[in-house]
Amino acid sequence: MYDFHYHRPKTLADAVGLLKGKDEARPMSGGMTLIPTLKQRLAKPSDVVDLGGIKELAGIKVEGNNVVIGGMTRHADVASSADVKGAIPALAYLAGHIGDPQVRNRGTIGGSIANNDPAADYPGAVVALNATVTTNTGKHTADSFFKGLFETALSDGELVTSVSFPKAEKAAYMKFPNPASRYAMVGVFVAKTAGGVRVAVTGAGPCVFRVKAMEDALAKNFSSDAIKDIKVPADGLNSDIHASAEYRAHLVNVMARRAVDAANK
Amino acid sequence: MNAPTGIGARVKRKEDQRFLTGTGRYVDDLPLARATYAHFLRSPHAHAKIKSIDTTAAKAMPGVVAIFTGKDIADAKVGGLICGWVVKDKHGQPHKAPPHPVMAVDTVRYVGDTVAMVVANSHDEAKDAAEAIKVDYEEKPANVDLAKALDKGAAEVHAAEAPGNLIYDWEIGVKADVDAAFAKAAHVTKLDIVNNRLIPNAMEPRAAAAEYDKGTGNYTLWSTSQNPHVLRLILSAFVLGIPEHKLRVVAPDVGGGFGSKIFCYNEETMVTWAASRVGRPIKWTAERSESFQTDAHGRDHVTHAELALDKDGKFLALKVETIANMGAYLSTFSTAVPTYLYATLLAGQYTTPLIYANVKAALTHTAPVDAYRGAGRPEATFVVETIVSKAAKELKMDPAELRRKNFIPSDAFPYQTPVALQYDSGNYPPIIDEAIKIADYKGFEARRAEAKSRGKLRGIGFSSYIEACGLAPSQVIGQLGGGVGQWESAQLKFNPTGNVQILTGSHSHGQGHETTFAQLVSDKLGVPMENIEVVHGDTATTPFGMGTYGSRSLAVGGSAIMKAADKVIAKGKKIAAHLMEASVADVVFENGTFKVAGTDKAVPLGQAVFAAYVPHNYPLAEIEPGMDENAFYDPANFVYPAGTQICEVEIDPDTGVVEVISHTAVDDFGNIINPMIVEGQVHGGIVQGVGQALLENAVYDKETGQLISGSYMDYTMPRASDVPSFKLGYKVTPCPHNPLGVKGCGEAGAIAAPAAVMNAVHDALAPLGVSHVPMPATPLNVWQAINGASK
Ligand SMILES: Cc1cc2nc3c(=O)[nH]c(=O)nc-3n(C[C@H](O)[C@H](O)[C@H](O)COP(=O)(O)OP(=O)(O)OC[C@H]3O[C@@H](n4cnc5c(N)ncnc54)[C@H](O)[C@@H]3O)c2cc1C
Repeated sequence: MYDFHYHRPKTLADAVGLLKGKDEARPMSGGMTLIPTLKQRLAKPSDVVDLGGIKELAGIKVEGNNVVIGGMTRHADVASSADVKGAIPALAYLAGHIGDPQVRNRGTIGGSIANNDPAADYPGAVVALNATVTTNTGKHTADSFFKGLFETALSDGELVTSVSFPKAEKAAYMKFPNPASRYAMVGVFVAKTAGGVRVAVTGAGPCVFRVKAMEDALAKNFSSDAIKDIKVPADGLNSDIHASAEYRAHLVNVMARRAVDAANK
Repeated sequence: MNAPTGIGARVKRKEDQRFLTGTGRYVDDLPLARATYAHFLRSPHAHAKIKSIDTTAAKAMPGVVAIFTGKDIADAKVGGLICGWVVKDKHGQPHKAPPHPVMAVDTVRYVGDTVAMVVANSHDEAKDAAEAIKVDYEEKPANVDLAKALDKGAAEVHAAEAPGNLIYDWEIGVKADVDAAFAKAAHVTKLDIVNNRLIPNAMEPRAAAAEYDKGTGNYTLWSTSQNPHVLRLILSAFVLGIPEHKLRVVAPDVGGGFGSKIFCYNEETMVTWAASRVGRPIKWTAERSESFQTDAHGRDHVTHAELALDKDGKFLALKVETIANMGAYLSTFSTAVPTYLYATLLAGQYTTPLIYANVKAALTHTAPVDAYRGAGRPEATFVVETIVSKAAKELKMDPAELRRKNFIPSDAFPYQTPVALQYDSGNYPPIIDEAIKIADYKGFEARRAEAKSRGKLRGIGFSSYIEACGLAPSQVIGQLGGGVGQWESAQLKFNPTGNVQILTGSHSHGQGHETTFAQLVSDKLGVPMENIEVVHGDTATTPFGMGTYGSRSLAVGGSAIMKAADKVIAKGKKIAAHLMEASVADVVFENGTFKVAGTDKAVPLGQAVFAAYVPHNYPLAEIEPGMDENAFYDPANFVYPAGTQICEVEIDPDTGVVEVISHTAVDDFGNIINPMIVEGQVHGGIVQGVGQALLENAVYDKETGQLISGSYMDYTMPRASDVPSFKLGYKVTPCPHNPLGVKGCGEAGAIAAPAAVMNAVHDALAPLGVSHVPMPATPLNVWQAINGASK
């Protein structure tokens, strides 16, 4: 890795200050993506601002009808949180199926969604539950946050501080892991909330997306039969040595049906 | 009483204490004063001409000590890397031997090919400087598709020395005889298969560190080698020209090899050569991506096979055509793997009277391919066991029955196969019977029906493998073109206080020699385990030996130890006879003590050893003092482990996911020294075999020649959750020609498992009309096979 200046601020304000005006400065949460990138010399930041020392960024709270998860909260903490398990068990399940124990004990929700890896799991939950992403400068709706391949609505120096998930009446996440990396090759999050039914697909395309046809069918009849024949087009889906676009399109249907069945259990 | 430690005891591995507590000593751990660090600049292209290399800016970078390119090596007249096995083609001509420069001179031939070596005060500085080296490449078309490598128009890897990419066109058997048998066959089963390419992925990446002592002119190379003596021999005699006695090679603790650390590689050669130029020690440890790109890969065959059967299902003849990938350069033993370690195994456990095999070895713009756990024998077993199961399906016969019908009869040993090998011993029917019992084969249809009710497709697959290991005897290996002997050495070096060092020419990199070998000596000489130390891996201390590969260490190396122990007993008898004032002929050795039969006179071995070192009362006129016995053992034949594996899988037809539900292995390894270690070897082997069948695949982009599966993001290593708890059993027919009656167990699991798993997959999918799934049976491949079939 190349040399850089390392900072570990104690407050959000300090972190924002350290990042300000430095084009080549990068925030770091768990480092699970950033550090391998540095080690492979794929990035050359001037400064790395470690958010790990900022107490206000980590933790899980229930606020009314919402579960609010701080940006620095580790996947393992979400997976084992009684609050999350009580309010949105599917979210705890999702967090518990990210990577391996080492990754879950370092990786964070803020880092994951800021990175917006097309194969990451969290974007599925954020979009399906219509969560709100809070940053040091404002709020983003789920639909407006994920822009494209590794692209989000965050502007330079903007930090994810928390994500607020509305409680779900019914929800489930079904993940078909990539056999090698165990990231999501196809992950489908199905949720029925006060706001309606949402079906979000991660892993299959360049960025998380919703399947409107499934949402409409499920709104009328929340059963796997209702979406049995709804196919997503393979066009534009990812294709690699592990799965062709056609196979991914097929898996979206299989995983969606399984998610609905699981949500109904 | 203490727990038993002799032959047959489940002794916990002595070496695990240090491995599990992080106190092992690996090459990278070496503290070398004033060390420098090497980094290799590698080719980003599969095939390109190097128009120029400019190191000026790089040389001026901070911390840089030296930079060497292929031209520097060529100018210094360093030899190329060698291929140590001369295979003669079907016209009797030696194989094509294109040069294998230690670093590329004017052409790069695979992604990862070595272009320059940077030596710097730190690893990071070496990498920084490597980025500053300017290489002007002229990209050329690459040939990475094995099936097309020999076609007209395929890009040539070594146009001058190996036109058309052909290294050899080799055959065994008489084609006309086989064709005649096919003409009379009642049924012919045909098979087209690809044996997928694998990347070894030892836990410890390759590493090398070298030091040159200006005062004495001695070099020391620490290397992650499976066979330090052979590495020294190659470096001395063929590559660097350093006299053998001036080069010490040490392979300390080595974290796995699976064959990939047998060979002599560029980096260790360069590190050794450069150590004297630089005047400081040089260390290099591969990063994982370098391991993916440059460790010798395994397997990679494209095969068409046909099996002729008579109306009763008796095998009449087998015909096999294989193209074997050699990669871009011939690695140390690459030529032997798809010939003498492959085609000679095509008889399997069967009486197939006529076999013809044609093997064409092809060059491609990919990493070199060489021996990997099983080396040739997994490929042979995959062909034979897949085609036998396919024949059973076509003839609607029970796969176990068809195998039984064709097994070599138990009373037919020694058995001469039509493909050169003579099986020394074996008894196959009881093995399959035992496997069937353990796997509850009878209950399978009920389990299949139950799975169906859950929407799953259940299948069962057999694989009855034969393996030839412990390559031998040296004379035959020499006749076949092998460049080395195939014996092993041992030395039993007692100290005056009675404890003993076993020095072996073989090398442990995970196999547990330190325990198994100690058990041999403990059992034979009655020395307690804690008084025995196994020493291996250092050319300065151990006798010349051939190292560890091909499941040879116990059968060959262990036998050498037994021979040395016999010499200890013989000498001890003379000492004891003197001490007891008895005649040597009357002295017997029992439980570690020399006795005179019919008397209460006794001399423990320790006392005899003490007398040998403090010879105050000693037959000096007849024998020398000291107790330090050496032995070399050259076996009379290979050893032939055999067994049957039965795999049961369930497939989710919606997703194509294959789950291994149960896996049974019954093996005949001859006598077993440490059942716990043997189980570990079988478990690990099966996991690697399941890995090949379902998960692992080295994939190069067919256009660009980039290694797509170049990290764990894309190369699927088997994980604990991918396999069930294995069910193991043993049958024993002792090897008749070695003193321990042992065979080998290191590769069996990996040899048999791929066919067992793939046969189970095909059995599960048969109801859908699927007859072929490519290996590995990934969810994608299975789903596509199901969908192709239902179209
Ligand atoms: C072996 C392995 C397996 C994995 N498997 C999975 C998997 O199955 N599913 C899955 O979803 N993920 C997986 N991951 C990713 C993991 O879940 C992490 O969440 C992800 O790598 C982000 O890591 P991090 O939180 O440590 O963020 P970092 O690596 O610290 O940062 C990631 C990026 O986000 C930026 N960033 C970090 N925090 C913030 C913030 N608060 N605001 C704005 N920008 C920020 C950083 O600058 C950087 O660009 C895996 C990772 C590894 C290493």
